[in-house]
Amino acid sequence: MKPTTYISRLELGEKDETFLDSNELIINMGPQHPATHGVLRVILKLDGEKVLGTECVIGYLHRGVEKIAENRTYAMFNPYVDRMDYVAAVSNGLGYCEAVEKLLNVEAPPRANYIRVILAELNRIASHQLWLGTHALDIGAITPLFYTFRDREEILKIFEKYCGARLTTHAFRIGGCQYETYEGFEKDVKKFLNFFKPKIDEYEELLTTNRIWVERTKSVGVISGKECRALGVTGPVLRASGVRWDIRKAQPYAAYSDFQFEIPTGQNGDTYDRYLVRMAEMRQSVRIIEQAVAGIPEGPIMAKIPKVLKPPVGEIYHSIEAPKGELGYFVVSDGSTQPYRLRVRPPSFVNLQALDMMVRGQLVADVIAVIGTLDIVLGEVDR
Amino acid sequence: MVAKLNGRFGSGISEASTYLGQNYFVVDRSLIPEILQVLRDQEQFDYCVDITAVHYPKRQKPFDVLWILYSFPRNERIRVKTLIAEGESLPSSVPLWPTANWLEREVYDMFGILFEGHPDMKRILLPEGWKGHPLRKDYGIIQQDKEWVQINLGIESGQ
Repeated sequence: MKPTTYISRLELGEKDETFLDSNELIINMGPQHPATHGVLRVILKLDGEKVLGTECVIGYLHRGVEKIAENRTYAMFNPYVDRMDYVAAVSNGLGYCEAVEKLLNVEAPPRANYIRVILAELNRIASHQLWLGTHALDIGAITPLFYTFRDREEILKIFEKYCGARLTTHAFRIGGCQYETYEGFEKDVKKFLNFFKPKIDEYEELLTTNRIWVERTKSVGVISGKECRALGVTGPVLRASGVRWDIRKAQPYAAYSDFQFEIPTGQNGDTYDRYLVRMAEMRQSVRIIEQAVAGIPEGPIMAKIPKVLKPPVGEIYHSIEAPKGELGYFVVSDGSTQPYRLRVRPPSFVNLQALDMMVRGQLVADVIAVIGTLDIVLGEVDR
Repeated sequence: MVAKLNGRFGSGISEASTYLGQNYFVVDRSLIPEILQVLRDQEQFDYCVDITAVHYPKRQKPFDVLWILYSFPRNERIRVKTLIAEGESLPSSVPLWPTANWLEREVYDMFGILFEGHPDMKRILLPEGWKGHPLRKDYGIIQQDKEWVQINLGIESGQ
């Protein structure tokens, strides 16, 4: 038997032509291309430098997270979710814990919810910083990478002090938080916010009016709000196309209904607008954290939940606004200690599907810009 | 909305209920194309959040297939569920929501449920030529397609 080869939809029906018959060329980008942010393979059909079509080949990082969930108890599966979107592990854990809490019909205490919001928003900033650094690097601006990684370190230090881990934090437990905030947590967070606020201006100074940046991002990878909704694209990409929709506002979870913040939107739905939206989102996150730190209530951090979790028979779908878009968990319980079925609705997976539409008719170099602007994490695409 | 749909489809909707504040329908397989069309066009469910399946091997119709829909104007979620037998296929909803493309491919990859009229029905996360559908309950957690691994990777086992 011969090894199986992947047959692309782009190659079908062109077997009789030789390369002299047409200018079309089919080439591979990835799976190990440094600008694909992980192991993503994109098959490109080109006419000269113009992209005629693309096809994504994914699954190189598939670990079977959903299958693992069926073989672990609810509490045991909790750390696994951090390994999906590993740059926003806190958000993953938040979504999972809330979904199971809903199924158990318990609610986390207010203090736990505030801690959750603070950490989740810090993580949103960290995720956006990583996106900005790598996205700018892909396009050719090296400096922002050093700036964003330097500042992201401060957030990771807070995580490390809070729960001992920097990336895969496992910060929350079903029913609340495992750890009380450490001595000086509020002070650290406030110190970070004061340090970080001028840094956003610094990033913007480097890029917003930078001629090369503007030329490389304006009118690149345009997607309209209508196309976004049809393709299920969520998060900053949807908002940059002018749709004012954020789950934190539309269907508030944790303690988000207590805070004042705006949903930044763009008009053109191009790479430049998505950049501006994410920058504005970082500022809004700062605003949310400031309010949360100022108003953090006293009280318990863990709800009263049984030692062995056995949710009643039933199904639940719960989603949160992760830094990349709508992250949903669909959990089916059969009354035992393990989920009967756990489905993750990953934002990166669905957003990546828009790549083909966004790069058609554009240049090869724009494919790199669009992959960057979609802000995908392959660990979450493949799960 | 439930009353309107009940009036229109009658006994085709076997259950319309709410659990923990979330609404869902259980509908007959034959009604699926029509009901999804109505939900999108008349009830404004313009965003298909997710398509997924659940395997119950002991049941006569072992698969639950679910569409999780969201409506931007109504700010409302709904789940449509149908039960299908082994080997039975479903109509593709790619013409309704282009996002269904990869979601349906994943359902096929993980459960072996085919979607008719899908533009590119093939595996998405697992490699081409793999045998078995891992999210079925009879597929073990450390099971793998040994033959595929040996031929394609040239190693005895992937574990």
